Amino acid sequence: MSEEANRDGDLTVSIPKILAEKIKERMKGTGFSSVSSYVTYILKQVLSSIGEEEKSKQAFTKEEEDKVKKRLRDLGYID
Amino acid sequence: MIQPHGGTLINKELPEIERQKILREIHEFEKINVDSELMKDIKNIAFGVFSPLEGFMNENVTLSVLDHMYLENNIAWPIPILLHVSRDDVQKFSIGDSIILTNLSDEPKALLKIEDIYSYDKEEYAKKIYGTMDKNHPGIAKFFSQKEKLVGGEIFLINEISAVFPRMDLKPIETRILFKTKGWDKVAAFQTRNPPHLGHEYVQKTALTFVDGLFINPVIGKKKTGDFCDEVIINAYRELIDNYYPKNRIVLSTFETEMRYAGPKEAIFHAIARKNFGCDHIIIGRDHAGVNNYYDPYDAHKIFENFPDLGIEPLFFRSFSYCTKCNSIVNDKICPHSRELHKFFSGSKIRDILLSGKIPTPDIMRPEVAKVILNYRNPFCE
Repeated sequence: MSEEANRDGDLTVSIPKILAEKIKERMKGTGFSSVSSYVTYILKQVLSSIGEEEKSKQAFTKEEEDKVKKRLRDLGYID
Repeated sequence: MIQPHGGTLINKELPEIERQKILREIHEFEKINVDSELMKDIKNIAFGVFSPLEGFMNENVTLSVLDHMYLENNIAWPIPILLHVSRDDVQKFSIGDSIILTNLSDEPKALLKIEDIYSYDKEEYAKKIYGTMDKNHPGIAKFFSQKEKLVGGEIFLINEISAVFPRMDLKPIETRILFKTKGWDKVAAFQTRNPPHLGHEYVQKTALTFVDGLFINPVIGKKKTGDFCDEVIINAYRELIDNYYPKNRIVLSTFETEMRYAGPKEAIFHAIARKNFGCDHIIIGRDHAGVNNYYDPYDAHKIFENFPDLGIEPLFFRSFSYCTKCNSIVNDKICPHSRELHKFFSGSKIRDILLSGKIPTPDIMRPEVAKVILNYRNPFCE
């Protein structure tokens, strides 16, 4: 794969021909007019879900964590 | 750590100010009694064990679950969570009202904002949940004893619902923090409604080989006559862990819910609950959540193919036995020897041996575990 920026700062990424063909097949019936627009859409989805995952990795505050740890200690689950 | 099912760990505890306001005004609300099994569901909804559920299901959600095993927002969910109410009680309120759910001692436990009140065809529902209409099926028998109407709506916890084993009743936020504190990245859940024999031990230790920690999570709740009592199961596991397991790699905690005996659908339900507890793997053995040959022994393995997006990874285990030639626990994929050389872990045989006051042979059950069970005059549910 290679990449280069154009005058607007947008990045152009090259992908292998075989992958491009698979994407074109996949795109059929979706309403996307180009591989670029389809791939951009997919990448937005992927990045969004990674962002959600990172947010939910810590689903509790420090205060909650300390309170729970105290209870776990009292119950003998941690030292 | 694995995300809760649906992405958010639900918490339906009311902030203290609002809780106090409701308690001050409690005489203004209609109240209905719910039994201890429904109270367990309320607690599970409130603390996120049933994430993403925030209450009891409305009819459209129930039908989506029954017909497709998905919630309306396309999140997998195999068994409806229902609040059944008598015809007489339903006369007391309407859609849009808020009512108080009390336990059988009339203690207020939760606020329910009513979104739906509906009738249901018990036969149709039972067939879709259990895959059978046999009234001898323990889940069906219980289902048909339910009250006549269903009520859907969001719940809010206003008072603590007591646990059967308070010192072992961990909420999902607690197990998640516990796993994090222990430095566990991969955690396998083991669901059980029986005391452990060597076959269970083999399966658990095999799984433990590949993960950081094992979450042994017995179901505590209404079971069928002849099942082992909850206290027996807990104490049997305590003995096994104390004597035979690396304690720092095991968490024993209870899951308070009714056994539905719905076989494969319940396997998915159990997987979702353990995902919410923070487990990224769940052990699924032969005939998981099954009873009396109602389900094919490996239906609970196959059903996972319908849920590629479930998130929690099933660890499938085949039927296992003790091979006298291999001199170890084996399964049918790894042992070449004939059945005549095998001792099988039959629940009914183990039960008969224990009922006769004897200790099963050590190739079937650890003697320390057997002695714990034999300390009980009657270790079985009536």
